[in-house]
Amino acid sequence: MIVHRLFSLLGLCGLLSVAPVHAQARTLRAVASFTVLADVVAHVGGTHVTVTSLVPPDGDPHEFEPSPDDARQLRQADIVFMSGEGLESWFGRLAHAASYHGQPVIVSSAIQAYTPPGAQQAETDPHVWNSVPNVVIWTNTIRDALIAADPEDADSFRASASAYVTQLQALDQDIRSRISAIPADRRRVLTSHDAFGYYGRAYGVTFMAPQGLSTETEASAGNVATLIRQIHQTGITTYFMENATDPRLVQQVARATGAQPGGELYAEALSPPGGPAPDYITMMRHNTDLMVAAMRPR
Amino acid sequence: MSLLSDLWDPFASFGFMRRALVASITLGMGAGPVGVMLQLRRMSLIGDAMSHAILPGAAVGFLLAGGLSLTAMGLGGIVAGLGVALLAGLVSRRTHLAEDASFASFYLTSLALGVLIVSARGSNIDLLHVLFGTILAIDGPALYLMGGITTLSLCLLSIIWRPLVMECVDPGFMRMTGSRGGVYHMVFLFLVVINLVAGFEALGTLMSVGMMMVPAATARLWTRRLLPMMALSAGVGMAAGLTGLLVSYHFSLAAGPSIILTCSILYVVSLLASPTGLRAGRGASSWQGS
Repeated sequence: MIVHRLFSLLGLCGLLSVAPVHAQARTLRAVASFTVLADVVAHVGGTHVTVTSLVPPDGDPHEFEPSPDDARQLRQADIVFMSGEGLESWFGRLAHAASYHGQPVIVSSAIQAYTPPGAQQAETDPHVWNSVPNVVIWTNTIRDALIAADPEDADSFRASASAYVTQLQALDQDIRSRISAIPADRRRVLTSHDAFGYYGRAYGVTFMAPQGLSTETEASAGNVATLIRQIHQTGITTYFMENATDPRLVQQVARATGAQPGGELYAEALSPPGGPAPDYITMMRHNTDLMVAAMRPR
Repeated sequence: MSLLSDLWDPFASFGFMRRALVASITLGMGAGPVGVMLQLRRMSLIGDAMSHAILPGAAVGFLLAGGLSLTAMGLGGIVAGLGVALLAGLVSRRTHLAEDASFASFYLTSLALGVLIVSARGSNIDLLHVLFGTILAIDGPALYLMGGITTLSLCLLSIIWRPLVMECVDPGFMRMTGSRGGVYHMVFLFLVVINLVAGFEALGTLMSVGMMMVPAATARLWTRRLLPMMALSAGVGMAAGLTGLLVSYHFSLAAGPSIILTCSILYVVSLLASPTGLRAGRGASSWQGS
């Protein structure tokens, strides 16, 4: 037992002695607001950055009750990433409570926000990551922010960012070719809330949902009725649940229209490791697989 | 013609509207009379306390069942609500603490426990959100549950009617004749709890108290006799359910709040119009009067 411990201790020493070879590289402590963003930051940061996500896996990023531990994470962070566009409405309160005075990096600020035609007020759709080209923009923003925070590891950040962008471009191509194999009039999907606007616009799929852009709103009978009428007209046969959203309303719509469950989409939260969507790229592939299976003519 | 079809069409064309209507009628029928009784016993705010007390039970049910299980959450809610009611009743009968004071301490304990459980688990489908309920998402099993609860509560209420009213009016008489007023009181609190559990699936825990108390207060403004008051209270709840759903349908407003606000409008109108309302001035509507 003691010998065992000694060995692991030696191993630890070994690790510690290897680390300083990279010109005293320190590990940046990064905090990301939610899991999808944390995954992208981890890919760009590589071994030089440890990332924690405030909202846990399968958690809803619109509504989040931060714990004191989250406040501590935020205070100790060297750099903070959030998506912006009104997604993390709870962040201001948390930053105030944690007396965090830094300036978080808003990764979506370089992305042209999209306001859906039916949206009330000046609501923009915050779910930018469901279109892969937007995440390429994220990657570049994150790379620049990390380089600014830790210039010594700039080369490493550039290399891993460009490797990740290559993977993202392959993913983007893949989704495009798979969706384009579906006849245009069948590219319609029913989900529980409007989280796939960017996906729809990038890849040419129409999404319908009983709940609006945010999960914080309560549905009205009029909207649900309109949705059921639309589905009767367009003939959707499959509906999807989302991992972080109340499924009861979309199930009600499905009952009224005879649509069958198509599985669980990961719209705005990754699954825990070992689940069907533990990282961003797997998440996009998982969602595309399910949707393509549902839209395929039968 | 078009007005008539505006009233009729939503329910004729959409199953979810029919289910929501049946749900609100059922809820109104069960909760209205219980609300009148609560009011008569000067326990109007106990309903509010109980709705908070139910939270941890529903949360534990949610976690144990690993999802939105109506049975598990309902059972959990009943257990937690009854636990609080029993403890509060026991303490107020054994000590000199008033019942509302012990209720307050137990329901706050229960509520804090609930919030603790919810946040310890993280937020896989925000549980509080679930507890806010969506009347538009009512399905068959939920309707059966509500129907069963309403039937049970109307039956129980008619069985314990006489001793319950007696105990409200003159608790000393009950004690003197050796009747066990405490038992009836507990049965009544059980009714409050199950009606709130029936309501939380449809309207959420907070809104279901609205369906219980606002119609009762409205009915009180129009009559002093108990049975008509209960019937009127149930009627107000049901009418508000119908109107609220139609408003939500035609004006695209959230359904739950539309129903409760319709109750509130009826209440305000009654306040202004009824003979015992604001027109009558102070003191005219006390229970002991004449």
